[in-house]
Amino acid sequence: MPAADLVANVVVSGILTGLVYGLMALGLSVIFGVVRVVNFAHGEMMTIAMYMATVLFAALKLDPFLAMLPVAAAFFVFGYALQAGLINPFITRPEHSQFMLLVAVAIILVNAMLMVFGPDARNVQVDYQLESFELGPLLVDKARLFAAIAAVVAAAAFFAFFRYTLTGKAIRACADNYLGARIVGLNVKHLYALTFGLGAVCVAIAGCAMVLLVDVTPPLGPSYTLLAFVIVIVGGLGSMGGALLGGVLIGVSEALAGLFITPSAKSMFSFGLLILVLLLRPQGLLGKRA
Amino acid sequence: MNRNRALTPIYLLTGLAAILVALPFFVGNYALSVATLILYFAYTGQAWNVMMGFAGQLSLGHALYVGVGAYAAGALFFYYGIGPWAGLWLAIALCVALGLVIGFLAFRFGISGVYFALLTIAFAEFTRIGFDHFGWTGGPGGMFLRVAQRDTWDLANFRGPPLMYYYAMLFLTAGAFALCAWLLRSRAGYYWQAIREDEEAARALGINAFRWKLLAVAISAAMTAVAGVFFAFYYNNLFPEQIFHISRSIEIILGPVIGGVGTLFGPLLGAAVLTLLSDGISDALNALGLDIPGVKQVFYGLVLLCVVMFLPHGIWPPIARRLRL
Repeated sequence: MPAADLVANVVVSGILTGLVYGLMALGLSVIFGVVRVVNFAHGEMMTIAMYMATVLFAALKLDPFLAMLPVAAAFFVFGYALQAGLINPFITRPEHSQFMLLVAVAIILVNAMLMVFGPDARNVQVDYQLESFELGPLLVDKARLFAAIAAVVAAAAFFAFFRYTLTGKAIRACADNYLGARIVGLNVKHLYALTFGLGAVCVAIAGCAMVLLVDVTPPLGPSYTLLAFVIVIVGGLGSMGGALLGGVLIGVSEALAGLFITPSAKSMFSFGLLILVLLLRPQGLLGKRA
Repeated sequence: MNRNRALTPIYLLTGLAAILVALPFFVGNYALSVATLILYFAYTGQAWNVMMGFAGQLSLGHALYVGVGAYAAGALFFYYGIGPWAGLWLAIALCVALGLVIGFLAFRFGISGVYFALLTIAFAEFTRIGFDHFGWTGGPGGMFLRVAQRDTWDLANFRGPPLMYYYAMLFLTAGAFALCAWLLRSRAGYYWQAIREDEEAARALGINAFRWKLLAVAISAAMTAVAGVFFAFYYNNLFPEQIFHISRSIEIILGPVIGGVGTLFGPLLGAAVLTLLSDGISDALNALGLDIPGVKQVFYGLVLLCVVMFLPHGIWPPIARRLRL
């Protein structure tokens, strides 16, 4: 039985990583909540953001936290274009058809990364990665804490955007009632593309933060896609708060499974949690019943 | 005219069957292995199609049944020397039981659409990681079946030359086609299609959607289990990372989606097009000297994207219209 302070340290680290997971999943949740399309290329996009951060760091010595701005801008454009060009025509098509479209996008993205960056792991090395804060018995990694803070700030900005701005309200109107939104004259296709762009921005910021915590390889893409699914289902597909809660739950359960059982079994617990939630509360912990 | 129209598929099938039976006499071992692969994907695609194409239940975790079927028959053979003909029944029984459990839980709790699809992924991934930590079947290091005599046909142990596996797969594919053709015209087939189109309406007509959906899952799982047994004895090595991986599930789905979901010829045509395409792209890229890892899959993804965008119902329906089927 590991000592209590070790468990506490692992839980804190799990919560912090989970917040970054949560931001990634928030992007997926927002996209599904509004556009009603499951982004099967989500983890692949996340990995691309991580690669962009490593490239910016290697070329310009740009700290990943500063790299968030250009990467987010690029991702917004990419997300907007993807929705406007490819996905909008698929809105009325059956689910399996949308699924195939995004699988094709995912195949292209993950292999394009393999072509450009090769199979070897890449990372960034900044001096604060090795430092930590001491809070009583807790040792908190600086990089992990900063990454979590960035995730929380970004998520808060998203909440505020959807709650208080006119565009945010218009997007929520589209999500509530597609036909009604069109009748009152909203440009639904533009708003959908905007939503996908914003979802991509979540991914960009989460990716830049994540690159401080793990090395990036192309196969990370599909596993992050699955991870994001698990998180949003657990939290509630389409619920913004649920994505963050799900991220923290999964982050902690992964960390604890790694401590108590074996690190390689950690995602088995995530999937077990997913199965339980789907069976007992299919709308997710914070989701509303459809 | 109507008579001829009804006969066209029969001519088409007879011609196709004749070509496939005669194929090994005209091509070498490599082409035969490609043909076996095509038939394998046509068969698994047909099995998946029963659930999605007929009954409208999107499964993204069919690798689960391939893997469990393969490991069940493989382990019996590996540990007890029990041949695949007995193992087949264990594989089918296990997969049907698994499918029924997943289906029961999902349908009882009213899980459908995207949520059902994600549930099937979750069960497949859960099992994959489970097998990774299951020492009895070799864990992540895999399980290897003895490869013995390869020249003579040993049907009892399903050991033999590539030709035997080709004919076995051809037999399975033909059987699956016939079964699906019959199912589509049976009471179950009509009930499934009613459920697929509008479950509420189907239930209002007195169809027990829950029971018929479970039947679709059971049949689909049983058919896929057989493919798993074939997989175990054809490739002789089983790794959880490979056999249960989500990309295997996607591979199974690609054929029928590209060929045409819910059609009988779709899985066949889709499997042939995709396998030949993947092979053709490899050859073309090799000829051009472009063998950077990933290039092939990028092209493959682009072609897939184009098919999905421009042929929303798959390749087969427009051809069927052209042939006036």
